[in-house]
Amino acid sequence: MAVQSPPVAESPLAEALATRQHRTLWGDVWLRYRRHKLALFGTFILLVLMLGTAVGPLVYTVNPEYIDIMNSSLPPGPEHPLGTDDLGRDTLARNLTGGRISLAVGIVAMLVAMVFGTLIGILSGYFDALDNPLMRFTDLMLALPQLPLLLVIIMLFRDTLRSIFGLELGIFILVVAVIGLLGWMPTARVVRGAVLSLKRKEFIEAAVCVGTQERSILLRHILPNVLSPIIVSATLGVAAAILTESALSFLGLGFPSDVPTWGRLLFENKDFMTQNTWLIFWPGLFISLTILSINFMGDGLRDAMDPRGRQ
Amino acid sequence: MSNYLIRRTLTAIITLFAISFVVFGVLELAPGDPTSALPETIRPEIRQMIREAMGLDAPFHVKYALWLRQFFYIEPMMLVQDAFNIQVLNPDTTVRLTSWGSRGTPVFDLIAQRVPQTLWVVGLAYIMAIVVAIPLGVVSAVRQYSLLDQVGTVFSILGYSVPTFFTGLLFIVIFSVKLKWFPSIYDTNLQVTDWASFVQQMKQVIMPVTVLGFFQAAALARFTRSSMLDNIPMDYVRTVRAKGFHERYIIIRHILRNSLIPVVTLIALGVPTIFGGAIITEQIFRINGLGALLISAIQVNDIPLIQTVVFIFAFLIVVFNLVADVVYGILDPRISYS
Repeated sequence: MAVQSPPVAESPLAEALATRQHRTLWGDVWLRYRRHKLALFGTFILLVLMLGTAVGPLVYTVNPEYIDIMNSSLPPGPEHPLGTDDLGRDTLARNLTGGRISLAVGIVAMLVAMVFGTLIGILSGYFDALDNPLMRFTDLMLALPQLPLLLVIIMLFRDTLRSIFGLELGIFILVVAVIGLLGWMPTARVVRGAVLSLKRKEFIEAAVCVGTQERSILLRHILPNVLSPIIVSATLGVAAAILTESALSFLGLGFPSDVPTWGRLLFENKDFMTQNTWLIFWPGLFISLTILSINFMGDGLRDAMDPRGRQ
Repeated sequence: MSNYLIRRTLTAIITLFAISFVVFGVLELAPGDPTSALPETIRPEIRQMIREAMGLDAPFHVKYALWLRQFFYIEPMMLVQDAFNIQVLNPDTTVRLTSWGSRGTPVFDLIAQRVPQTLWVVGLAYIMAIVVAIPLGVVSAVRQYSLLDQVGTVFSILGYSVPTFFTGLLFIVIFSVKLKWFPSIYDTNLQVTDWASFVQQMKQVIMPVTVLGFFQAAALARFTRSSMLDNIPMDYVRTVRAKGFHERYIIIRHILRNSLIPVVTLIALGVPTIFGGAIITEQIFRINGLGALLISAIQVNDIPLIQTVVFIFAFLIVVFNLVADVVYGILDPRISYS
């Protein structure tokens, strides 16, 4: 005699369970990120800028370094969509290549800062013996005057690195390394805070009890759980790095004139801005748009990854 | 409290020493010979004598100790001597910190010439930022999601997204070149003697102050707003309201008073930042302040001057961190330092 089991689908709860979509952590984050209109707008603008600078020079194949004195200081026109500078170099081409470098500096410097910040944050949060020395070190780094020190270091070590790695790569490595190594401290503090509260949790205790190695505890249990503050500070780190690089180049102490970053373009063209305002308008606009969209994305990510907002 | 103060001051002093070591070390490690800028015709043995006179060949710790002595003993003593018109140090044997770039002028004399301009611009900018930001933050929080709040939000997002070197250039193009309202270059020699020169002084300072203040105001307004929003739903606010006080009184005497505690700390912490920001602003408007001095020193490789200016910036950071901590403790009785 077969026992007739009641049809499952009839209970409303079971029905809800059956129709409920499978959701992942990151799917959830994306769901909430999508609701943040400004963040989506920022993502869109940033993607356009990134694609534009990545693909742009391949499509618009005008040499950004080509000097054409006869056609200098032209306003926007059919020949040169954004005009030319005082040496007759094409503004659009220079802005596109400049954007490549500015964005690359931002991303790589952020990566350097994240690696250091995460490492120091996790180590000082997890190992009590390391906490005090590492945090005092972080405090010391925070007390260093950032911009003056950056200027000094770049000025002093520029020639040495350029002679080792070549003109452009040398200065790129220097700028990225210095910005990254002077920018990891906020991340380290945030990560340390997160690790401190995590390591008292039961699941870490359980992992210790079953004999998990310390390295795996750090990599498999701690690191994934502090990923969201890291991602948020990485986003804001890109903006900070781009701003710093532009400031350095604007002061004439970042990239040399053969490497047109957006900040460098502002520096070069500021003496001609009375004749041709477009020259400073475009790089300034691109920097501002990049920073603006990254800040929007950071805000959106912070809200989307906040576990209190999960349903 | 006093115990905490002593401990905190000691930490600050240790930090300053560590920073002085870093600043000195970076410049010492740097490749490049300070005598390389001298003419090629100088014979090697003379060049060697110059190097010895500058003390370049001494070991690192000797140079560092001598520098510390100059920085923390001789220079303050010189200041005291000038202030009270007395003679303590023997003028023949004291070696002051001198600039390499401007033929042996003492570094602190150069700095003293530049500080007034920087203080004037930075101070005005900061006062303006505070005066604009705090009321804006308060009104945005009290009327959350109102039109003014939205406008304020846009204003502050723009404030920290648009870099000062872009706003500065735009201001020059719009207000100096197109409208011809304000001069684009700051005239340091301007003496304020009468009303006309005062107006001129105000005209030349308004653009740098706005550019520098805008950036700072943006962050402060946001912070004030969120601090107010943290306090508005508190129980004590409900209690005051239940007692029947006026809304204005509740906001100003209760909510604002409590919300300002973190804001005041942020204001103290922001002082060194705004000095750093002045480096860029001074470059845009050609103000010959401290930042411009640093840039020109870097360009001519004037190491004693660079060391001193960078250290002054570091000093500001450490001191204002200390001030922020102490002020926080005084303002907020919930924090005890025992």
